[in-house]
Amino acid sequence: MSKNILEVKDLKTSFYTHLGEVQAVRGVSFNVGKGQILGIVGESGSGKSVTSLSVMRLLQFPGKIKSGEILFQGEDLAKKPEKEMLGVRGDKIAMIFQDPMTSLNPVYSIGNQIMEGLKLHRGLNKSEAKQEAIKMLDMVGIPAPEERIDNYPHEFSGGMRQRAMIAIALACEPDLLIADEPTTALDVTIQAQILELLRDLKDKVETSIILITHDLGVVADLCSRVVVMYGGLVMEEGEIDDIFYQPRHPYTMGLLKSIPRLDIDEDEKLVPIPGSPPDLLKPPAGCPFYSRCPYTMKICLDQFPEYTYEQNGHRSACWLNHPDAPKIEVSTGVRREAK
Amino acid sequence: MANDILLEVNNLKKYFPIKKGFFGGATLNVKAVDDISFSIKRGETFGLVGESGCGKSTTGRTLIRLYNPTAGEIIFDGVNIADMKESQLMEYRKRIQMIFQDPYASLNTRMTVSDIIGEPLDIHGLASGKERQARIFNLLETVGLSKDHASRYPHEFSGGQRQRIGIARALAVDPEFIICDEPISALDVSIQAQVVNMLEDLQKKHGLTYLFIAHDLSMVKYISDRIGVMYLGKMAEIASADELYAKPLHPYAQALLSAIPIPDPEIMRNSNRIIIEGDVPSPINPPSGCTFRTRCQYAKPLCAEVEPKLVEVSDDHWVSCHKVNDPNF
Repeated sequence: MSKNILEVKDLKTSFYTHLGEVQAVRGVSFNVGKGQILGIVGESGSGKSVTSLSVMRLLQFPGKIKSGEILFQGEDLAKKPEKEMLGVRGDKIAMIFQDPMTSLNPVYSIGNQIMEGLKLHRGLNKSEAKQEAIKMLDMVGIPAPEERIDNYPHEFSGGMRQRAMIAIALACEPDLLIADEPTTALDVTIQAQILELLRDLKDKVETSIILITHDLGVVADLCSRVVVMYGGLVMEEGEIDDIFYQPRHPYTMGLLKSIPRLDIDEDEKLVPIPGSPPDLLKPPAGCPFYSRCPYTMKICLDQFPEYTYEQNGHRSACWLNHPDAPKIEVSTGVRREAK
Repeated sequence: MANDILLEVNNLKKYFPIKKGFFGGATLNVKAVDDISFSIKRGETFGLVGESGCGKSTTGRTLIRLYNPTAGEIIFDGVNIADMKESQLMEYRKRIQMIFQDPYASLNTRMTVSDIIGEPLDIHGLASGKERQARIFNLLETVGLSKDHASRYPHEFSGGQRQRIGIARALAVDPEFIICDEPISALDVSIQAQVVNMLEDLQKKHGLTYLFIAHDLSMVKYISDRIGVMYLGKMAEIASADELYAKPLHPYAQALLSAIPIPDPEIMRNSNRIIIEGDVPSPINPPSGCTFRTRCQYAKPLCAEVEPKLVEVSDDHWVSCHKVNDPNF
């Protein structure tokens, strides 16, 4: 399968705290195709950010990859020595973080921070790197880049800082870009600008993108495939149309029902998912959604189900898929009958 | 129908002075809230939306007099509380309460839940001893927690549960009006709906009036009866929730609504979004005339010269825009 740029296989990552082992990621597998935008959705504590940090090998003590493979262009990053990772990070895989206020270095100019990677990975000299950095700033839509390049992060607004961070990430033309909640800290009008920019850039530089978010609207807008995570596991994965219109997992259905819709006049009440996410210090043996699921069965408590596969690689892990399980009403997800 | 109106805000201003230069000199002002007027009817939910820095939180905090207004009137139930002395305000603080955005920062980590919820009861001398405890237990149950939680500390709770504690604290004094300042922004999607549904149930049960401040427009639309859209300290548009979403008139409101991604892939594929360029200008030196003109696609010279007034264009639908209000535009 050379079409996939990244293949994550049965990744397990834990944090060894003084309270015990927090099993943040408990066996996650997914692929990212070339030029694809893959969304990973889930709530806080679902393991989506830890998954991306594992891929980047940016886990800090006491976090550790326990087992599994992270095949990036055929090489297993999980076992790569740190020295070799330095050549991958920032060059072949780059990352955009949620908070542009804290993830830029305040004492270096924006230009310096873009040039750093270019000098390190591309071996450009200072003036070449500067020319390249100006080009990058121009590409991400910063006006007057020749002057702005010498500015420091505090002289930029939130939206501009996020653009600068995207410029840093894309400077070395990475094959894979991991964007961890890239618009969560931004206002909606600025978010619209950044999403538009990411879409344009994907076409221009043919980078594959992993977009981590909790906002299903952003996913519907930008992604072609989605992985839905919960309690450190993949609950469901598929093309966006399959996930939004034919969700199979009760958690996905619940998520889709719990968000209000702007475009529909609705008098019906929101349907919240009761309860709260599981404690990954003592993860449940069966399905992590067990305690919050409206369709819980006895077996859900003891055993995590196998994945059931449907068209277009749409897979879900739920005992309801079992032939002997009671039939529930087929969910049409967010598709609603016109009134 | 004056009796129907619980809160009336007239020409409210809140400026924050910033000093330029070491020896004083000219004082500059951050015009966080600059001359806004609106009213909230008894029992309704008034949503206040806008981007960061538009002054929506400052408005909320000024209404409860956490900030003293620079100018203007805040008429609560017929009485102007804008210049009221602290001693007189006590009574109003009981009737107006606030729920804060960050459930991690707005609860004192060294106090037990029972003390947090009991503090307003102590301050206003509403209950003591057994009665106090009974009320605390009662409040905990009202917000979906149990009395076993009373002796715990905030760090033992999840974000959603902490927000429930914050709500219980606000309800302790039996208020009429609650200012909810981004009460759900810090919570997970699946938890947001829980809290919003609870706020709605409480409203029905206790006849509460809400000012709901948020930047999540889909949630605001869901919970609000009427909505005000703020931009750079000014009120751009006020309308009923359904009307605002069906027929936004102010170019900023139009852009803001079209910027929100809708969780439906087909709609997103076919949508035509208005993407407004640039950033919000500084409130220290806002643009002359209409504050939105620097980012508005329809701006004309008139917009730089004359500040548009908030005009009622149809029944209870107010817009401040020359393009909408001036037939010769």
